This record gives sequence, structure tokens and C-alpha cells, in this order.
Amino acid sequence: MENLINIGVRSIFIDNMIFAYFLGMCSFLAISKKVSTAFGLGVAVVFVLGITIPINWLIQNYVLNAGALAWVSADFASIDLNFLQFIVFISVIAAVVQLTEMAVEKFSPALYGTLGIFLPLIAVNCSILGGALFMVGRPYNLTEATVYGFGSGIGWLLAIVALAGVREKMKYSNVPGPLKGLGITFILVGLMSFGFLSFLGFSL
Amino acid sequence: MKFLRDALDKAKHNFEKGGKWEKYYYVFEAFDTFAFVPNTTTPPKGAQIRDAVDMKRLMMTVIIAMVPCLIFGIFNIGYQHFLAIGQEGSIGEMFWIGLVQVVPIIIVSYAAGLGVEFIFATFRRHPVNEGFLVTGMLIPLVMPPDVPLWQVAIATVFAVIIGKEAFGGTGMNVVNVALTARAFLYFAYPVDIAGEVWTYLPEGVKTVEGYSGATPLAIAANSITTGENAVNALTHFGTGWADHLYSFENMFLGLIPGSVGETSTLMCLIGAFILIFTGVGSWKIIVSVFAGAFGMGLFLNAVGGNPFVELPAHYHLVMGGLAFGAVFMATDPVTASQTETGKWIYGALIGVMTVLIRVFNPAYPEGIMLAILLMNVFAPLIDYFVVNANKKRRLKRATV
Repeated sequence: MENLINIGVRSIFIDNMIFAYFLGMCSFLAISKKVSTAFGLGVAVVFVLGITIPINWLIQNYVLNAGALAWVSADFASIDLNFLQFIVFISVIAAVVQLTEMAVEKFSPALYGTLGIFLPLIAVNCSILGGALFMVGRPYNLTEATVYGFGSGIGWLLAIVALAGVREKMKYSNVPGPLKGLGITFILVGLMSFGFLSFLGFSL
Repeated sequence: MKFLRDALDKAKHNFEKGGKWEKYYYVFEAFDTFAFVPNTTTPPKGAQIRDAVDMKRLMMTVIIAMVPCLIFGIFNIGYQHFLAIGQEGSIGEMFWIGLVQVVPIIIVSYAAGLGVEFIFATFRRHPVNEGFLVTGMLIPLVMPPDVPLWQVAIATVFAVIIGKEAFGGTGMNVVNVALTARAFLYFAYPVDIAGEVWTYLPEGVKTVEGYSGATPLAIAANSITTGENAVNALTHFGTGWADHLYSFENMFLGLIPGSVGETSTLMCLIGAFILIFTGVGSWKIIVSVFAGAFGMGLFLNAVGGNPFVELPAHYHLVMGGLAFGAVFMATDPVTASQTETGKWIYGALIGVMTVLIRVFNPAYPEGIMLAILLMNVFAPLIDYFVVNANKKRRLKRATV
């Protein structure tokens, strides 16, 4: 249990997808003008990460790894399908994103309208594939991988909602012309990661 | 004062529209309104609010609140210096050594920061921002006494341009400017600002036998590896050259090495009293930072584990820069939460985070700087949720 809490806290704060790895920046910058939309997209990312990482864990451990297919028949013990990893992961992610899109369209048409093209684009959100690949590199079991997936998603959600909060306030700022829009947002994200540096090196 | 007024009035036409130095009007205006309360009022239309306490007077109040910390800091540098070299020094000598160290830092900080401010004011054609009056004083107070002056200059310029002017000047910055300067130095030149530089020691001076520059927080953190009771370690520190240097009373009074203005909890509390009495600083934030840190300390004591975790909670309040940060940094009205409920949450989270970083993050000996920067980032979000909760509550009341 302690181990699970550790992984959860670690993936939310210390190994934050945005401020530690700078993954998933495109939608992070594009959909952070309003807190409500940012929250919607963040929840979608939490959902997609939380579902895809356990699925990918199962696929990795029962299909792709060297000798993982031994449970089908002893003849397959010598097969190593790791070269299919990227393709398989991406297809799983794309499928889950499709499901999410349908669910959002059905239950919250308003959010569906505001998220627009960025909802299907979660499929290519770097943090989703990044999370799956980090999971492969670490010795997690299925529960740990699930916690890790949700934790990473919550970390991403926290980051985008914080940025949206600041940007809502910054509507009233008289930013120098050349820096307006994305320029100042990049500076802002840099300053925000100053604050998130406080988690760097936490030993739990 | 009359001659100053006359001189300003005489020069004024040069800076007005069509004058020789029209471009520099805002530079002139800054000097004028700094010296005298402006006599302009809002146009006679709509609501009018006129108060002698404008932004410059407000900023001066904060500076006055910092003066006790500054004076004590200057004295303390000399005091620590004589303690470290094992000699007797008169109070006058102590103040002199402190002044020689601190005055250049203040001059460099103001010169670099105001230089940037004036350049931006001239090019962007907006009045010179008063905010730097406070920032320029805060920066020296959070620097170690023998920080290289060029680093102060770089940090100040970085913080003013990136932290403030890029966002549109005073009142628009997202993170505290003085803390941005310190964080910049902390990550860019870690050896100079986080090493053993807390006491002023000129080159070639021999220190007293057994001297060590370790700060109370470093000793407490060290107790995790040695397993010694943290309070014992603190009390025994300095035996032979400065008995009971890190007793609770000394840490409260501030007779310990550290950054220029942050050692004394007592002086910070005097500053807090001035800020609260004049209504400039929010007492809710100050109280909740202390309460958050104390509560977290108590909680950790109850859980237990290692000597640092078991350090009595009240020690956390007097060690490091917690008091200074709580009084002067967290209360910054621009970067703190704006809503009243939000201020409680904001302050408490700063206190909690500070203690967590101190105890669980061996990478940083002190947590208040990063805790405030982190909560600066989340302050608008706290406001957002408080405002929305309020809206929901009132909507409910309206529809029933």
C-alpha cells in the first residue's frame, strides 16, 4: 500500500509529465485559456492514461515481451514481438481515445464543442505514449501500472488547470506586443516549473 | 523641501508635450511623485476616490516594516563575524562591518532594478512602476552577506525583466519578483548561494578552532544520518567557540548566521505588526503560514520516524527564513490569493509545503522560497475555485 501511495505521489508531483518531462505541451499550451475547458481536457487525459497504461501493460507482458507468448503454447516461447511495441501502443491509445470521444460527445456536448480538434488529438498527446513507454521501462506490476497511469494523468491535469488559472488572470496584463500569446505563455511555464522544482529530489 | 519643489516645477516644461525631453516624461514624473504626493484628481465625472496613500506611500510602508530586519541584519553580520574569528568587537565595529557588506548589495540591487524600470518606462511609455521600491529592498535581505555583487545585479535584472516587465509591469507579475531573483541565483550559482557562505569572512582571516558555518536547518537535516536527537544536535553545536549558538532563544532573536535580513523571527514579527496595523499586509496570510507550518510539524511529530521528523514543531517556526517569507513574501498582494477564504488556503499550503520540503527533500535545506513560488502559481486557481463556490452558494440561495 505504501508503495502504491509512493508511486502515486511520485507520478503526480515529482515526475510531473509537464514540468519534469515537458510531455504533452501542444494541447497544454493550446487549451489552457479557460479553467473549465482545461479541466475537461485534463479529465479526458486522466481517463485515457488510466485506461491505456494497464491495457498496454497487459499487452507488453503477455504478448510483446520475449517469451511472453509461452502461455499460448510452448512453441511460441522463442518469439520476441518487441519490435511491434510502438504500433501496438499507438493503436490501443487511438482506440481508447475514440471511445472517450464518443463518451464525451454523448454526455457533455458543450465540452465536446470547446475541445474541438484537441479531443481526437489526445491520441498523439506525447504524455500518453510517453507514459506507456515509461511504464515499460520500470518494473511495475499491473496495480502499480494503473496507479502510475492515473497519477501521471492527475499531474497533467493539475498542471494545465494551474496554467489556465494564471492565464485567466493574465487577460488584464499589458504584455509587450511581441510576447503576446504563446511567447508569454512559454515564459510563464518556465517560471511555473521553478515552483515545481521544489518537488525535485523528494525522498519518500 | 521648497527648493526641491521649485527645481521640479522649473524643469517640468522640458518634459511636457513639445518639450526638449518629452520622451523622458515618465522618468521626470517618477521623481516628482516620489518626492511629493501628486495633486491630480480623477476627472470630474463618475465616482471619485482620492486618498493620500497612493501606491508609492503604500510601498514605503512596506519598506519601513523591513527596516527592523535590515538594521538587525547589519548588526548580526558583524556579530557573527567576530564570533567566527573569536575576537571581541564593540557594537560600533559590528555595525560597521555589517554596513560595509550590506550597503553595496542594496545599491547594486536598486541601481540594476531601477535602471531596467526606467528603460522600460521610457520605451513602453508607461509610468515608472513603484513596485520595485519594495523588491529592491527585499532582494538584499534574502541574499547571503558575502554574495558576489555581480550575481546580485544579474539576478535582479533577470527577475525584473522576465518575472515582471514581460508580464506588463507592476501588479501583473505572476510570481514574486524578489523570490524569482533568489531562485535564479539558487539554481544558476548553487555553490555561491547554498554553500557555506552565511558568515562574512574576509580572505586570509583565521577562524576560531572548531568553527563551522552549518545553519540550523543543515544540522537538523544532518541528524537524519547521524541519528542524534535534532534538538540535542542544535544545542551542542558551537561548543567551544559559541556555546548554545543555536538555542531556541538565539534562533528566535536571530543571533545566528544566515541571509542578511531573515535570521530574526522577532524583527519579522515587528515588521508583521507594522504591516497589519497599517492594513498593508494581510494578517490572514501571515497567521495561516505559521499555523500551516506548526500544524504540519505537529503532525510529523505524531507520526515520527527520524530525528528531523521528530523535531519539535515550534523549532520549525524560528529556523531558516520561514518568518521572513511569511511576513514579507507571502503577503505580496499581487501574487497571493485575492479572495479572503483563498488567503487562508494559500497561506496554510505554504506553511505545509515549507515543512515538507525541509524534512523530506534532501536537495534543498530550506523550503520557504520554493513553497511560496509554488503557491504563487496556484494562487489564481485557488481564487477561481473560491469564487465559483461562492457563486454556486448564492445561486442556490437565489433560486429557493
